[in-house]
Amino acid sequence: MTEKAIEFADVVKRYGTVTAVDRISFSIERGELVTFLGPSGCGKTTSLRLIAGLELPSEGVVRIAGEDVSTRAASERNVGMVFQSYALFPHMSVIENVAYGPTIRGGDKKAAADRGYEILAMLGLEGLGKRLPSELSGGQQQRVAVARAIVQQPDVLLFDEPLSNVDAKLRRRVRQEIRDLQRRFNLTAVYVTHDQEEALAVSDRIVVMNQGRIAQIGTPAELYNQPNSRFVADFIGDANLIEGHVEGGRFKAGDLTLAVDGSPDRPKATVSVRPERIVFDGGAVRAKVRDATYLGSRYEYSLETSFGSLLASAPIVSTPLSPGTEVGITVPPDGFTLLKN
Amino acid sequence: MRTGLVLLNRIGGLWLLLGLAAVLVLPWYKVPPPDMGGGPSLFGTALTEALIGRWWLLPPILAALAFAAVRILAGERWQAHRLVPWIAGITAVLYLAQAFGIGLRGPAIGGISLLFPMAEAGQPGLGPGGFVFGIALTGIIAEALAVRGFCRGERFAANAVVFIVVLLSLFVFFPILRLGSAALFSPDGIFQPGLFITRLTAPDLWGLNCLIGDGRCGVVINTLMLGILSGIFSTALGLALALIVARTGFRFKGALRAVSILPIITPPFVVGVAIIVLFGRTGVVTGWLDFLFDVPRTRWVYGLPGILLAQVLAFAPITFLVLLGTVEAINPTLEEASKTLGGKPLATFRTVTWPLLRPGIAAAFLLAFIESLADFGNPIVLGGGYDVLSIRIFFAVVGARYDLGNASVLAIILLTLTLSAFWLQTRWLGKKSYVTVTGKSDAGLFAPLPGPIKTAAYLAMIPWVLFTLGVYAIVVIGGFVSDIARFDLVPTFRHLSTAFSFEIGATGLELYGSAWDSLRTTLLVSAIAAPLTTAVGILTAYLISRQDFAGKGAFEFGTMLSFAIPGTVVGVSYVAAFNVPPVDITGTMAILVICFMFRNMPVGMRAGIAALSQIDRSMEEASQTMGASGLSTLRTVVLPLIRPAIFTSMVYAFVTAMTAVSAVIFLVSARHNMATAYIMGRVENGEYPLAIAYSAVLMIIMIVSIVIIQLLIGRRQLGRRSELQNTPPAIPAE
Repeated sequence: MTEKAIEFADVVKRYGTVTAVDRISFSIERGELVTFLGPSGCGKTTSLRLIAGLELPSEGVVRIAGEDVSTRAASERNVGMVFQSYALFPHMSVIENVAYGPTIRGGDKKAAADRGYEILAMLGLEGLGKRLPSELSGGQQQRVAVARAIVQQPDVLLFDEPLSNVDAKLRRRVRQEIRDLQRRFNLTAVYVTHDQEEALAVSDRIVVMNQGRIAQIGTPAELYNQPNSRFVADFIGDANLIEGHVEGGRFKAGDLTLAVDGSPDRPKATVSVRPERIVFDGGAVRAKVRDATYLGSRYEYSLETSFGSLLASAPIVSTPLSPGTEVGITVPPDGFTLLKN
Repeated sequence: MRTGLVLLNRIGGLWLLLGLAAVLVLPWYKVPPPDMGGGPSLFGTALTEALIGRWWLLPPILAALAFAAVRILAGERWQAHRLVPWIAGITAVLYLAQAFGIGLRGPAIGGISLLFPMAEAGQPGLGPGGFVFGIALTGIIAEALAVRGFCRGERFAANAVVFIVVLLSLFVFFPILRLGSAALFSPDGIFQPGLFITRLTAPDLWGLNCLIGDGRCGVVINTLMLGILSGIFSTALGLALALIVARTGFRFKGALRAVSILPIITPPFVVGVAIIVLFGRTGVVTGWLDFLFDVPRTRWVYGLPGILLAQVLAFAPITFLVLLGTVEAINPTLEEASKTLGGKPLATFRTVTWPLLRPGIAAAFLLAFIESLADFGNPIVLGGGYDVLSIRIFFAVVGARYDLGNASVLAIILLTLTLSAFWLQTRWLGKKSYVTVTGKSDAGLFAPLPGPIKTAAYLAMIPWVLFTLGVYAIVVIGGFVSDIARFDLVPTFRHLSTAFSFEIGATGLELYGSAWDSLRTTLLVSAIAAPLTTAVGILTAYLISRQDFAGKGAFEFGTMLSFAIPGTVVGVSYVAAFNVPPVDITGTMAILVICFMFRNMPVGMRAGIAALSQIDRSMEEASQTMGASGLSTLRTVVLPLIRPAIFTSMVYAFVTAMTAVSAVIFLVSARHNMATAYIMGRVENGEYPLAIAYSAVLMIIMIVSIVIIQLLIGRRQLGRRSELQNTPPAIPAE
């Protein structure tokens, strides 16, 4: 079967006069974990809910496993969803929660419970079936929510900011668990987050959204290294956005010249340079250290240059550059991206 | 059951089957229509009626067959077929047109009989077939909307929205419209629009003679005067009670709160009767005053003073609950701030506390005002010569001079007054309430009440307490002594046995008492109405707080409107709307149940909305993503979590159905009499002890029923959720 797990074709979602999702198209392969990333109000959660069927598109077509589900309610689709608040039913025990789907779809109660216990065991929740959700820890509750979402072998597993209720220290572990689980069951998963670090860590591909539109789709490395717009460059990681112009295959800003072969001349252009790609090698570009910040794992320097201020980071050394020092720096040929706009 | 549903779906859905049955199997009319020479039709189904000449019944038949054909051709999702909305829409129009176009005595418009000669003979009201077809058509329209994305494609929600809209239209808006049109007809049924103006400007409505001379005022002025006085006194008393409970060390706060529940379970007329027994010309207190101080016996209690007394007694608990909320919501740190700035207690009260209380006071006043306008029980017992709108409406319909047109005009005036007050109230509450409660915990202590205000509050409370004790003492003992009105306190079960005597004989239980019939009807109607009312109310709450659909704002407004219509107006409007075909249901038990459903539904709705707002919406979404339909989600997730609201709604619906009088008084019949109507009859005959005994029995039944409902529904304690029970009861205009 070659059809995509999920496909959006020119999907629009309006609420009254507000357009939450503005004509987006993309597709997700089977077994892939795709993240919707963007600031709040960018339409990422709405897109997730459009997949779930909790919202129906105003225009366009949503396909799951090749089938047009645009007018089909959530209950008539085969999706699993892990909610931000977990949404465990407080009046049902853990096993009742997990077996809810198979039972409500008219399955045999006994078989549903057996399947539920099996999943609970796989997720390391043995012996907790009879408890109420309120008697579990936050991490356990989250795993119950995941168990409940995958028990019916959904076409797609949806995560709505699943880590926002997990405290900061646990996040790294929980997100790794989610990733392992998705790989173990070879699930197609869609994950919504506003945390770019989280997105880079768990995703096969990331859909960066802004104001209801897709800004860029790509693997974490592609997005980080070749952002196509100011927005993406700025949103993912730290970026120095340097304004200049392109002339004869060269980007120029102050005393900075970068080779941008093949690019037509442009009176205004922007390049994005990641702070850690700036090399302190006594290169041709002049810079003056304005401030040095110690961040434990590295130093961060704020530099003054002929094309504006620049943020650079450098490994820890015993004697950092002190403010006022004049240095020469280089931006390596693969250390920048010329943005499209 | 599930497989049954699936099977139903497979063969085209419940609605399609019902639609076919309605036109092919069930009798279309309530009673067989007049024979016009075509011979009686076999079974009286729409098909056979159409074949003998009632061709206007053809569209429903053709539509049902067309839907079946689409189902066969288009498969399981047949409602998505592009012809379905057209067929459904055109059929709906023609179905309504024939129902309203051809009345009992012939066509409403002359041209119709040219098209259908048979129409000249008229047609009776809709029967099983006619109603079921309407239901089926509504369902098919809902399904057709759902497959087109209405309610996010949720079929259950779409059905619920469409059905509730249809029901509200039929049982709330249609009667009001009929009422409006009745105002334009003369008593002989002749269309005379000018009559409306004549009736509206009648001198006995607007006269101001009582203010300038000795004469009487018009009935509208009387009603307004009573409403304003009742509002002022009830609010003042309610404020006094609220301040005492919230701001003093008063020791019997619990008792005071308990007493405030009493009026809700007090049958109408009881307070009025008790007041007569106490203060009437031969009353107990009157007698003692005459005996001890030679105060002459008068009939002062009949008229404005008596009604006012009874209303203040009844409404003060309501204003108390509203104002208690306001007083308790004032942030104590505001008063502390005033004190640290040098404000003396009285100055603080005047400059800080009082302005913060004002919106609550306005709301309480308007609530009491609305209640007073709508009150029927007290004026009819204590009115004497003091006429108010609700009474005048009643006698225009029930009295010797039946004049529905005049009743309509009076009802329209009453409705206008109530709706204006209601509108003002929602505006006021919406814009001016200074809610000073925040999530932060304010460690401040409530300031004790300044001396003079405390004295005034106690002075207001003491007579109220004495009075309440007096009234309820009479309710408790009055039914079980020879003649309380003449202070003859010999214990007896005579009154009780007049009402409720029975014998267990050879043929089983024999009920002789005169009240059994009405008690049975009342219990039956209340027991049927309570769950239905709750179902509609909670379902509406669910739709309003959980579903997004086109026209939701209007939907919400419509449900609130039914809350604001005074019972007397509802009663008249039902008489105007349901006495004649097509929906000819007066005199049945169904009309009583329906009346209660739509009058009391907003309470369940409000309790439901309050409860639902505390429940995370993603739980329902989780249920849906796991494959539960809207209905299963409601049943397995939502309802278990909002049990307290269901309890509130059930109790309220049951109790109100048992004690309501203003609307049902128009709708009872010899066969289906209600307890309150029976009691009213006894009061009119001066059989006070019997009325009191019956009322006491009703109160006991209500208390027992509340306990039973509580056991049935149970109370779920999920931490803080138990607090939902304390949702303040919203009381609609009686």
